[in-house]
Amino acid sequence: MESPGTEILTARERGLVACRRCAKVWPMGRDTCDRCGSALHSRDWRSLQRVWAWLVVGIICYIPANLFPMLRTTMLFNTSESTIVGGAIDLATHGNLGIAVVILVASVVIPVGKFLAIGYLALSVRRPERLRPKQRHKLYHVVEFIGRWSMIDVFVVAILSALVQLNFAASIRPGPAAITFALSVIFTMLAAISFDPRLIWDKSGSERTTR
Amino acid sequence: MDAGPHGALDLPLDETIACPQCDALYHARMPQEGGRMVCHRCHTVLIAPKRNAYLRVIALSLTIIILMVGATVFPFLGVNVMGFSNKASVLDSALAFLDGGWMISLSVFVAGFIVMIPVIRAAMVIYVLTPLVAGRGPWPGARAMFRWAEDLRPWSMAEIFIIGCAVALTKIVSLARIEFGPAFWMFAVLVVIIVLADSLMDRWTIWKALEQKS
Ligand SMILES: [Zn+2]
Ligand SMILES: [Zn+2]
Repeated sequence: MESPGTEILTARERGLVACRRCAKVWPMGRDTCDRCGSALHSRDWRSLQRVWAWLVVGIICYIPANLFPMLRTTMLFNTSESTIVGGAIDLATHGNLGIAVVILVASVVIPVGKFLAIGYLALSVRRPERLRPKQRHKLYHVVEFIGRWSMIDVFVVAILSALVQLNFAASIRPGPAAITFALSVIFTMLAAISFDPRLIWDKSGSERTTR
Repeated sequence: MDAGPHGALDLPLDETIACPQCDALYHARMPQEGGRMVCHRCHTVLIAPKRNAYLRVIALSLTIIILMVGATVFPFLGVNVMGFSNKASVLDSALAFLDGGWMISLSVFVAGFIVMIPVIRAAMVIYVLTPLVAGRGPWPGARAMFRWAEDLRPWSMAEIFIIGCAVALTKIVSLARIEFGPAFWMFAVLVVIIVLADSLMDRWTIWKALEQKS
């Protein structure tokens, strides 16, 4: 939905540098925003390095998060361990299909989707892209909004471990995957936060002139 | 609402606003209370002033702090299986990782995400907004305070924790009898209030006020 005649002028095109925190504009070349005290970058290309660094550690942490147990359940001297996916399958076979889907979406679909989306966005600003800036910006927005929600599974483990401490009848302890999973979520959140979404829109100018 | 991009060409810098998400320039005009100014191309909300926002946000932030104290002190959830019972508070959930060596760091994170960060943010917002309501200049360090409050926003995860509770409970509901303590309901209300307070805060208005009054 691009209405004709709505030419957008960016701060960069006008020789200005905008503060990403408080939206104030300054003459190009200034390095600190006087209003809010943030550092100013017209385009933060170095942010891409941070995005990749956080993303890579995030992915590395996600691997043990799936291999090691998330929960150790002891019921009447029987100890069983369950991984993220194993726990979801368990739930599904016990008739809790809805919750199994919630867990799978929060712990598998969202994290993996997030890795792909952030990687794609970071690559897309370097080369011509098929997806329009508007669509890529929407993708960025979704990633930023939804990333935190992967933390659900860590909280579930925390609540269960605190609550289910019933002598020998039943007890639940957190497994090592809980921490690597939490770290993976934290690192991917940092990757998304580091990304400078203004980079998405810059190409649109050249695309417009070549069209 | 007509923030004509053409006009942005030769406006003084003070009347110009740049979209923090896509860098588009607009003429910064305060919309009607309750109205909002939205970026034309990426739809980021640029300015959205609300009626009596400062006062309401301060009241809500105070409520957040009080409720959080209650939510950590009172029992949160209890279970009962075959005569064995156990109660856990919100802090117990965070401290569930305490016994396992390096798992301790996870306890710190969880306590931070669900208890500390929401409270710290609320306190910071009160510190920033109180002098503005009184019509005075900001207290020292208010700008850094508001920067931190904004940076901490994605790390405040009370609402995710309450959904986590719902998931955890459905996992054990068939095995145990569950009791909801007063802290559970406090926490549920807390989540709504946090969302409400965040929706009332308009960054641009606050930054502008901090700039003019300092
Ligand atoms: Zn600024
Ligand atoms: Zn925009």
